[in-house]
Amino acid sequence: MAATDGTPSKPSRLGAGREFLGDIARRPTGLVALVIIGGLFLTVTIGPWLVADPSAQDIGRRLEGPSADYWLGTDHLGRDLLARLVVGSRIAMGVAIPSVILAMVFGLLLGLAAGYLGGRTDSIVIVITDTLQSFTAVVLALLLLALLGGSLVTVVIVIAITFAPGYARVVRASVLAIKKDVFVQAERSLGAKSGRIIGVHILPNVLAPMLILMAIDLPVAVTIEAGLSFLGVGVPPPIPSWGVILRDGFDRVREAPWAVIWAGVSLMITTLGFTLLGESLRDRLDPRVREATRDGGQAQT
Amino acid sequence: MAQYLLKRLGMTFAVVLLILLFLAVVPHLIPGDPVENILGPRATDARIEQVRVEMGIDDPVLVQAGSFIWNALQGDLGRDFGTNRPVTTILAQAVPHTMALAFASLGLAVLLGIPFGVLAATKPDSLLDRFTSVISVSFITVPSYVMALFLLLLFPIWLGVLPATGTGRFSDPLGYLRHLILPSAALAITWVGYFARLVRASMLEVVGSNYIRVARAYGLRERAIHYRYALKNAVIPSVAIMGVALGNLLGGAVFIELIFNRPGLGKLALDAISARNFPVLRGAILMVALLFVVANLVADLSYRFLDPRIRVEEKAN
Repeated sequence: MAATDGTPSKPSRLGAGREFLGDIARRPTGLVALVIIGGLFLTVTIGPWLVADPSAQDIGRRLEGPSADYWLGTDHLGRDLLARLVVGSRIAMGVAIPSVILAMVFGLLLGLAAGYLGGRTDSIVIVITDTLQSFTAVVLALLLLALLGGSLVTVVIVIAITFAPGYARVVRASVLAIKKDVFVQAERSLGAKSGRIIGVHILPNVLAPMLILMAIDLPVAVTIEAGLSFLGVGVPPPIPSWGVILRDGFDRVREAPWAVIWAGVSLMITTLGFTLLGESLRDRLDPRVREATRDGGQAQT
Repeated sequence: MAQYLLKRLGMTFAVVLLILLFLAVVPHLIPGDPVENILGPRATDARIEQVRVEMGIDDPVLVQAGSFIWNALQGDLGRDFGTNRPVTTILAQAVPHTMALAFASLGLAVLLGIPFGVLAATKPDSLLDRFTSVISVSFITVPSYVMALFLLLLFPIWLGVLPATGTGRFSDPLGYLRHLILPSAALAITWVGYFARLVRASMLEVVGSNYIRVARAYGLRERAIHYRYALKNAVIPSVAIMGVALGNLLGGAVFIELIFNRPGLGKLALDAISARNFPVLRGAILMVALLFVVANLVADLSYRFLDPRIRVEEKAN
């Protein structure tokens, strides 16, 4: 916190944001997280303009190691691995971000319906979420993609479906808690409509836990997308998803390990950055839970 | 306890029924023609007709679901599209390899993770604790398939030690174990970090509790306090999540079995997907879900068995 002179002044939005980032960057883990995510942001936004064409084939120079022409080497069709990895970061984020947003929307609708309407709707929603959660995420995704066929859109939808039950549970629990609050009951007895109660009281209260959950799920979505593409049911080649690059590399891993190494390292660094960011956020938002949530990492794949 | 057991078993059975129902109707839940969903866009007319008849796809959905569930409860999951063998026979060959992998990984994660966590908790904020915490974060964030690929590169390909593919035979247990080392290590590593952090956190909580302060006041040695009294309570949360852990390990086994070419349930499912062999895919997924449900049941029951406080609280209510 910045030093205050006793008068509680309200910092501007921008100032508060800068102060928040400063707080996170002060601890080593937070600094590492910000550096990684900053680098990833630059790679996603301007990276693809700085590298060569990711689908240009140099057939004479297949499966090469790093060189002056191809900084990270080439793949089995003589394509520039650096270019493919950089464009791949766009695929990773372009799938992961819409997936968690869609999962949040699905979960919000299901959770609101269950918690607010209660009764039979509640039971049905619980049955649906429990059944979906009794499959592990990867296995459910595998089944759905086998039937739907893999594409950028179906992968987003399937990841959202596997994540949605988690959000539905959180929303339902908070709705049930808020519904009981005296101020909500008072407002309802004054004749407030459902829309107002949901919009004014419920939504703002479920927003914070939703955002935390989305931050936790984002790296998991990245690894699930790459994993499914690696298995051959996710994003189809020749789209340079990190999972596709990993699979192409795996099929020729004895001849040329470079594709596997670089794609694996990209995935490791990305997930590390987001995980460290999640931890710093938690530490920053509530120091009391720091000890209790040290165990709170996610292990999905 | 008996009443709880009965209730818990009833719930488990209901979940199994729901899983079966979901698997029975899932080709119809996906938009489009169910047979085309199953066979893909390039199937021949003869094949489409065959699947239509074999799966009774023109019957009302509820009739199909009913007969699938009824047959499944009697141990009949239909026949392989390709070889016409019963799906259950195929599954029976794959299940042991996947179970061996999942349990070896869980064992490894527990055996490595708990000592790490205890060591870190005995000296909070020491160099050892920081080191353990950094290591566990890095372990948690590495996807299991990346770890598996790196281990594959490092050991069989570069160093020339340990087998790269296959499972060995059960008749040669040592050979089987050698084939199991890399796959289970790759799968376990995420959970080593997870268990270490969980045990560290619950250990710190327990060490601060009254009964440990009493033990200290009596002059018991720190070692005895940590290992004889605190650890017992500190591992309970880890037991509680073992069911979830096993479910995740089963999911991760899909990647590991592809990378190390192990003929388990995951590999079976992947091969069934590329061959458009829906009954086998459905059977493999059912088996994974069932193993997960049973693992959760066992973890839940042993958790209650290990922590008498839960039973006492329940009686009080």
